[in-house]
Amino acid sequence: MAKFQISRRKFLTAASLGASGIILSGCDAFDSQLSIGDGLRSFLENANDLTHRAQRLLAGRDSLAQEFTEADIRQPMRPNGVTAPDDDAYKALLANNFADWRLEVSGLVEKPLSLSREQLQNMPSRTQITRHDCVEGWSCIAKWTGTPLSLVLDQAVVKPQARYVMFHCLDTIDRSLSGDVKYYGTIDLIDARHPQTILAYGLNGKPLPVENGAPLRVRVERQLGYKMPKYLYKIELVDGFADVGGGRGGYWEDNGYDWYGGI
Amino acid sequence: MAAQAGRREKMESVAKSEPTAGPDAPASRDRNLIYRQSRWTRTTHWIWAISLFFMLLSGLQIFNARPQLYIGKQSGFGYSNTVFAIGAENTDAGPRGYTEIFGHRFDTTGVLGWSGPSGNETARGFPSWATIPSYYDLGTARVVHFFFAWILVTTLIVWLVASLINGHIRRDLAPRLDDLKRLPQDIVDHAKLKFHHTREYNTLQKMAYGGVLFVLLPLMVITGLAMSPSMNSVLPFLNDLLGGRQTARTIHFTVMVLLVAFFIIHILMILAAGPINELRSIITGWYRTDPPAPDDETAQRSA
Repeated sequence: MAKFQISRRKFLTAASLGASGIILSGCDAFDSQLSIGDGLRSFLENANDLTHRAQRLLAGRDSLAQEFTEADIRQPMRPNGVTAPDDDAYKALLANNFADWRLEVSGLVEKPLSLSREQLQNMPSRTQITRHDCVEGWSCIAKWTGTPLSLVLDQAVVKPQARYVMFHCLDTIDRSLSGDVKYYGTIDLIDARHPQTILAYGLNGKPLPVENGAPLRVRVERQLGYKMPKYLYKIELVDGFADVGGGRGGYWEDNGYDWYGGI
Repeated sequence: MAAQAGRREKMESVAKSEPTAGPDAPASRDRNLIYRQSRWTRTTHWIWAISLFFMLLSGLQIFNARPQLYIGKQSGFGYSNTVFAIGAENTDAGPRGYTEIFGHRFDTTGVLGWSGPSGNETARGFPSWATIPSYYDLGTARVVHFFFAWILVTTLIVWLVASLINGHIRRDLAPRLDDLKRLPQDIVDHAKLKFHHTREYNTLQKMAYGGVLFVLLPLMVITGLAMSPSMNSVLPFLNDLLGGRQTARTIHFTVMVLLVAFFIIHILMILAAGPINELRSIITGWYRTDPPAPDDETAQRSA
């Protein structure tokens, strides 16, 4: 029996040795292997594909994001990312209250479009009270009004080889050696044609404010906020995105976020 | 290969059912050495250990992107529903880190809120030695977190199936009436660092292991899924059940704290109960039990 007893002193010594080992180890050991393109990082990213597929399998095409009631709108929509574009082109459009702004629909479509705000607003609209989930971890519930993207796509007649919708934005999100980087992003045609995917021009019953993406932003309700570009001016139907930006399908994706922002 | 594994499994169950017999088993040379942990338990244990290490450190990095916790469906910006916050503030004595729990503020400079090498401190929730990567990188932390989430969940399912088949859950983890009776004495024994080495888990062990495997880890998976907007469209009732997405996130964090507490106690108990013997049983499966003592209550317990 006594053989297995351990003295209090021995116990405390061993315990503190163990604890200090954990603290000393630090966590920069993995840093060098985790940049985009590194072997370990690329291996771990395989799990993103698995996550994407699993979510597609479970959610299917048309499962709806939860919608809430007016009572759940308890605060103004929290703006994030760029909230006041400093781009001259944008500021000129804003000065004229977006009267000269047009939404271009181009790429792999039969009928390229150029739509004014009025034309978009005259199309059938959808209003939904949804929860915006930011990749950072916060959430905010707001009411969004806009034109279903599927209606715009139908009007432009998408060619069969198109696979993604690429959103081009007016705001500069980053400045690099090769010039200014404008925000952009992509979603597949399943999400583009999802009933809750809208091109929003209204927020909480008012015109969309500048900090939330005026004159037009995307709502993709089954994904995180970074998949919903603001300050839209062009929608391009593409069959891939490897040759755009960092080739990962969006500004934040080029900086390491997963392409499918479903979790 | 499958046949070989199956044969080994049979040998293991033989060893299990007759822990002190069998001509080839080391137990035949040493009657107190028993085969305690199956290959399934040992393998899954170590995969969990690795997965949870990476999930914790990448999770703390993810938390740093928004080092606040809220109660409800959304985060209060125009109103307050914050229950926990880590932050930094400027004071007369320079920048300080603080941690706020239910409105009570604590100075946590150097660890939470404001930390880093002397003279090079920065505002960050958890310090860089506790996060992967060590620098701020939400995207990479998410890659690491979700990779190991798959490993953890897969391993949990494998363990559950194997343990139902090989009897580990029924034999070792299922609570019995006896456990309740033993509980007071168990608490006293643990407090005195007096350990009995038997084949069976004692009551506190059953509660700790059972609690982690059947309560904490499933809750972690459920609250993790509840935070996913995509999964939310599949299981909309999940967030309603949990009290909203932000409450789910708060529960996710709280369970993390409980798992860390479990880990610390687990390690301390192993050190106190004899690390060599305990480690051997979770690496090789073989465990040295207390020799029978006629006048000791232990004899009854191990019987």
